[in-house]
Amino acid sequence: MNDLVAQISKQAPAFGRLQTFAGENAQTPYLANLETKLHRKVCGSLEEAIRRSGLKDGMTISFHHAFREGDKVVNQVVATLARIGFKGLTLASSSLLNCHEPLIEHIKNGVITQLYTSGLRGKLAEAVSNGLMQRPVQVHSHGGRVHLLQTGELNIDVAFLGVACCDEFGNANGSNGKLNCGSLGYAKVDAEFARQVVLLTQELVDFPNHPVSISQDRVDLIVKLDEVGDPSRISVGAARVTRNPRDLLIARRAADVIEHSGYFKQGFSMQTGSGAASTAATRFLEERMTRNGITASFALGGVTGGIAALHKKGLIKTVVDVQSFDGDAAESLRTSPAHLEISANEYANPTSKAAYVDRVDVVILGALEVDLDFNVNVITGSDGVMRGASGGHCDVAAAANLTIVAAPLVRSRIPTVVRRVTTLLTPGESIDVLVTDHGIAVNPKRPEVEQRLRDAHLPMMTIEDLRQRAVALTGEPEPLEFTERIVGIIRYRDGSVIDVVRQVKN
Amino acid sequence: MKLRRSMLFVPGDNAAALSTAFVYQPDSIMFDLEDAVSPREKDSARLLVFQALQHPAYHEIETVVRINELNTEFGLKDLEAAVRGGAQIVRLPKTDTAEEIHELEAHVARIEKACGRSAGGTRLMAAIESASGVVNAVAIATASPRMVAIALAGFDYLVDMHTRRSGGSEPELFYARAAVLHAARAAHIDAFDVVYGDVNDDEGFLREVAIAKGLGFDGKSLIHPKQVELLHRAYAPTPEELEHAKRVLAAAEAAHRNGLGVVALDGKMIDPPVLEEAEMVLERAEAA
Amino acid sequence: MKVIKESLAGTLESSDLLVKVAPSDKGSLDIAIQSEVIKQFGKQIERVVTDTLNKLSITEGSFVIEDKGALDCVIRARVQAAVLRATGSEDMDWRKLS
Repeated sequence: MNDLVAQISKQAPAFGRLQTFAGENAQTPYLANLETKLHRKVCGSLEEAIRRSGLKDGMTISFHHAFREGDKVVNQVVATLARIGFKGLTLASSSLLNCHEPLIEHIKNGVITQLYTSGLRGKLAEAVSNGLMQRPVQVHSHGGRVHLLQTGELNIDVAFLGVACCDEFGNANGSNGKLNCGSLGYAKVDAEFARQVVLLTQELVDFPNHPVSISQDRVDLIVKLDEVGDPSRISVGAARVTRNPRDLLIARRAADVIEHSGYFKQGFSMQTGSGAASTAATRFLEERMTRNGITASFALGGVTGGIAALHKKGLIKTVVDVQSFDGDAAESLRTSPAHLEISANEYANPTSKAAYVDRVDVVILGALEVDLDFNVNVITGSDGVMRGASGGHCDVAAAANLTIVAAPLVRSRIPTVVRRVTTLLTPGESIDVLVTDHGIAVNPKRPEVEQRLRDAHLPMMTIEDLRQRAVALTGEPEPLEFTERIVGIIRYRDGSVIDVVRQVKN
Repeated sequence: MKLRRSMLFVPGDNAAALSTAFVYQPDSIMFDLEDAVSPREKDSARLLVFQALQHPAYHEIETVVRINELNTEFGLKDLEAAVRGGAQIVRLPKTDTAEEIHELEAHVARIEKACGRSAGGTRLMAAIESASGVVNAVAIATASPRMVAIALAGFDYLVDMHTRRSGGSEPELFYARAAVLHAARAAHIDAFDVVYGDVNDDEGFLREVAIAKGLGFDGKSLIHPKQVELLHRAYAPTPEELEHAKRVLAAAEAAHRNGLGVVALDGKMIDPPVLEEAEMVLERAEAA
Repeated sequence: MKVIKESLAGTLESSDLLVKVAPSDKGSLDIAIQSEVIKQFGKQIERVVTDTLNKLSITEGSFVIEDKGALDCVIRARVQAAVLRATGSEDMDWRKLS
């Protein structure tokens, strides 16, 4: 037989590098062998998966935080990497929680030298704030993380993704099995962008597995571990309905604001953050929705059982879920056809082709500090130490039609309303209303909203008044002292630097 | 006219509660030095309340202090703290006779003089917690010009009566409620209904509030902040009630302008009590 | 008034403080303050404690304060209570307490 490729090249050189047929599996020899065709992805151990992933020193690994405080993936993987002798890795997790304290050791030993995360908590956060790392932590929002992946600044070599169940081809979800965590919204993004995707699961199920949150065509390797997460802690620290009367007061007031804001119409859309007052507001909204015969077209989140309950009652038509905060929300995702799982890209990335946050009418968020310009800090505590998360805060605040921040005016002896935030995370231009237990302040750039709330006889005051009231109770705080050294860089959702966190002076 | 719909109990030894109770904006706040505080902590609680009373945050709300009975080792000291701290009302628990009010009044006057507080400035209220208290209610309510309110305390009263709460329409409280109400009306002071102890049962609370409001109680003793808002809403006049009240007051206004001595509306005469009631309705509407 | 015995007042609940008093063996006034808000309000807390003790004419004693974010009025009250208990006083001069 004449060489066909040679003939084609002669006639039409533009076709470039073609190859002659060499057998049905010439290009994919692993498909020729039945064993590898079907079972090649399943590794006998984490070590094997790491070896096969091609991970080298200095590369970037990633994780997601859908298992919250019940996560066992990060610690196990990094401990194994440390044992093998890896150094200089960049760790990019969609968030880091109290349970990730063991990372401190690995950072000290040079296994991890750079962090990308939307938040830090507990001992790890304290250590970082006190100068643990040479390179500052990059703190991003949920939407902002996807943007960093798109621009290539964040380049994931190997993603280690814990899932509730998957089949041997890698079809995985967070909905079925003991580790039912609901939406895998953050994991979906890593599965899209990472060079190598390793799934970690406690349960390997029959092929084909469904629903498919992460598809087989994105997965390289699978490891079955005894423990991927602790089911009893997956909901810990997440939204439970508070009984605290002060949070309830604030929540009720936030619901009043929504009711009279001008956005409370049939088919409106909403989102609530994970703070106590924010989630409690759902219950008070329910009363008002029922009383006025209003149903919501969708609720976005960070979804709690409270939202799931309203969905079940027919008050919220569709639930759009990037993270399920508790078992009820996860169950709703599993069983309701109108409870949708979305990725962080669909959720909040400003440069996504379309983000759900842009369709939100009203959102209730929390805050550690709000200043006289309505700037918000959700990351550093009153002592200057990091203890929170950027999360989706600046994403939805920028996008929603009405952004409400609900918080107590004073927490013990710490004023929430301050002259200037310790760390700026969400700019004041994104914040419309501040609801506290002492009164409500509206951003001067929304005079029409202020007027509607006044007409409804809600307790209005200026943000300066609120600060005065706080100081009258607590006294004027001494300014915090920091060194020059930067320990954290706060990245706005578009990748720009909006603030830095400096090392606390001791 | 001072609205007294909600009297929120705040345990006198609870620093966090004392630091935040004002945000709930009840009509009155009652700092409790009696049942809420263990004997070992009475001294410390007394000082907490003394300090809290002077905090600017409490200057906008009517403050009440429930002292221990005067025949205990704590009562008189509590009274010193209350009066000197600037409490607007002293609530005497377990008031059984008018003499107890006279005794209290004498001590209050003495302390006012000693600390330079304006004579008569400290008001009094009595809590009826026994059968004796119920049968002496009128005498107690009229025992002093300083008296501004009388409250029924259900739990101790029912123990004294050898019975307990039955739920539903609760006939075992009817006589006591009626007696306290009549005493209040005869003395032209406010009447407070019993505490509702089950803080998780909002529906039960509202049912009881409806009964009390229907009977004519001016307000209720509350033990949980969330009850404040529930109570205020229940006491808010309906649009019809408000409309009617406005018309009554307009008629009175018109009669006054025209120099008429008699006020009439829809062919009926409006007596002063009706006018007072209309004013009260307007107050409640504005406060809601 | 003189500190003649050990005493305690207050609690470790949020917004409260625990005040421990003991007689001084050095004849001096020693105040040690631990607080959740030491950076922002440490100086203020010390001022309130010292001021309260001065008004009560306390010049000797060991005071250990564990603060959980209490407001000034609560600090005053707990220090006063601890002093009362430590001095074995039955009556107090109310004018010294404001």
